[in-house]
Amino acid sequence: MGEDVIVAEGLVKRFGKVDAVNGVDLSVPAGTVMGVLGPNGAGKTTTVRMLTTLLRPDGGRAVVGGHDVVAEPDAVRTIIGLSGQYAAVDEYLTGRENLAMFGRLYHLSKRDASARADELLERFRLDEAADRPAKTYSGGMRRRLDLAAALVVRPRIIFLDEPTTGLDPRGRMGMWEVIRDLVRDGATLLLTTQYLEEADELADEIAIIDHGRVIARGTSDQLKAQVGGERVQFTVPSPALVPKASAAVLDVTGETPEIDTETSTVSAPVREGTRSLVAVVNALDRLGIEAHDVGLRRPTLDEVFLALTGRKAEDGAVER
Amino acid sequence: MSYVLSDSWEMTKRQLRQIPRIPELFFFSLIQPVMFVLLFRYVFGGAIKMPPGVDAVQYIMVGIFAQSMTFATAGISTGLADDMQKGLIDRFRSLPMARSAVLIGRMGSDLVRNMFVAVVMVLVGLLVGFRFSGGFWGAVGGFGMFAMTILAFASIGAWIGLSVRNAEAANIAGMVWLFPLTFTSNAFVPLQTMPGWLRAWAEVNPITKIVDATRGLFIGPPVFKVAPAVWEALAWCVGLIAVFGFLAVRQYQRASSR
Repeated sequence: MGEDVIVAEGLVKRFGKVDAVNGVDLSVPAGTVMGVLGPNGAGKTTTVRMLTTLLRPDGGRAVVGGHDVVAEPDAVRTIIGLSGQYAAVDEYLTGRENLAMFGRLYHLSKRDASARADELLERFRLDEAADRPAKTYSGGMRRRLDLAAALVVRPRIIFLDEPTTGLDPRGRMGMWEVIRDLVRDGATLLLTTQYLEEADELADEIAIIDHGRVIARGTSDQLKAQVGGERVQFTVPSPALVPKASAAVLDVTGETPEIDTETSTVSAPVREGTRSLVAVVNALDRLGIEAHDVGLRRPTLDEVFLALTGRKAEDGAVER
Repeated sequence: MSYVLSDSWEMTKRQLRQIPRIPELFFFSLIQPVMFVLLFRYVFGGAIKMPPGVDAVQYIMVGIFAQSMTFATAGISTGLADDMQKGLIDRFRSLPMARSAVLIGRMGSDLVRNMFVAVVMVLVGLLVGFRFSGGFWGAVGGFGMFAMTILAFASIGAWIGLSVRNAEAANIAGMVWLFPLTFTSNAFVPLQTMPGWLRAWAEVNPITKIVDATRGLFIGPPVFKVAPAVWEALAWCVGLIAVFGFLAVRQYQRASSR
């Protein structure tokens, strides 16, 4: 792991009276993936826009690839690739024309721009559609074209703002594959996402951001450990049995269990792993409750978010 | 920066490539000016009282040509607002390209597009009775005046598009003020017919200057003077380009799609 190539210290951005970003600190070592996770309106996009020189911070500082984003924006722009939430391509131009145009705007020679366009079209499986206007592309294809446009000059530092938002599961898997390839090639990535499993899947380190602040950071494992390690979970055959079962769990574990009333699922954090599991199963057995899907599992990032913020990630929709 | 020209040319190429791919847009953008030429020629051509020695058809034709050139605001304001909504402006701003290239490039393609409209309008005008009586160089100068008018109003449109940020709103914001502006000039009626307060405004209205200059160049003396109208009109256009070009580039640099 190399030195930090993306550094943010106390970044602040206000829109009118709203503190969109309120003191964000981040550091991303070279060759790693930082996942910035948070609900809509948490300040993820605003943070990315400041790091990519699109917005001027109202406070704090940010250094990308050794260049200060405010003092040397042009130096930053030549070494980063940015793919935003939209597929920012010209929909009347073909895939090939789009990439060649972006190549020229990065000041590649005509020949290099067109060679690079061919290379990217093949790599992103767009070669068959290369000469069709981008407006005929599917959502997934457009996103891939957009990402290809961000990679024209082989940037070592790549910012992906919600790269899979709005894609169907197949498109999302395709995008993940592409992102993993980038990482294999040694790029440093900062990606934002609202999807917990996406950060879990792709990121080396995760920063959870809420109301414009980083409220937790660490590896996926560390964050999960922070909410109390393993949980025991089981489902009872009828909702009527839930109160009895959860009372038993409270008795054994000393923790008030979480209950999903729709599926009659009960879960609670446990300290002693399998031993606690056995104790819970025995307690249920004594009560004559036949539980299903009994098991020990590690918390999901959803639960991490809930534990850290007191609400579910999806409930967070505020204005952006 | 040395890349201003090449970056701008890339942007111009982008816009010009779109023209054959949205043929219906180009077609309808021609219909309106041609319709105006015919309507003004036959509906108002005989109704407006002209000073002695002035031919109403010649007079009104130049007015309608010039007015149509000011409509260059609409295309650029809608286009830029649309680029902003779709995140393209963000992408351009994240590239190491010249700050002014997106605007200069678009103005270049709008110039091409609108000069084509001008040529078509004048050709239709010639079919229904318009005549160049200012000679060859007068005609060339008149088209030069159109080019300056297009650039001036396109820079206003650029500023509007980048400020409004929504394509539909930009379309309206780029047009509403043009009708009162162009109608309170001498584009369609001699200033003598207006009440005093309106006439006072109309005399300083840049549209009046532009129309005066174009009449001087297209129709020529002795009916219409060439100078100083041409210099005044050019000064207006250059001034508008400088002011709104500056404002638009500043707005571009600040632009954020949300």
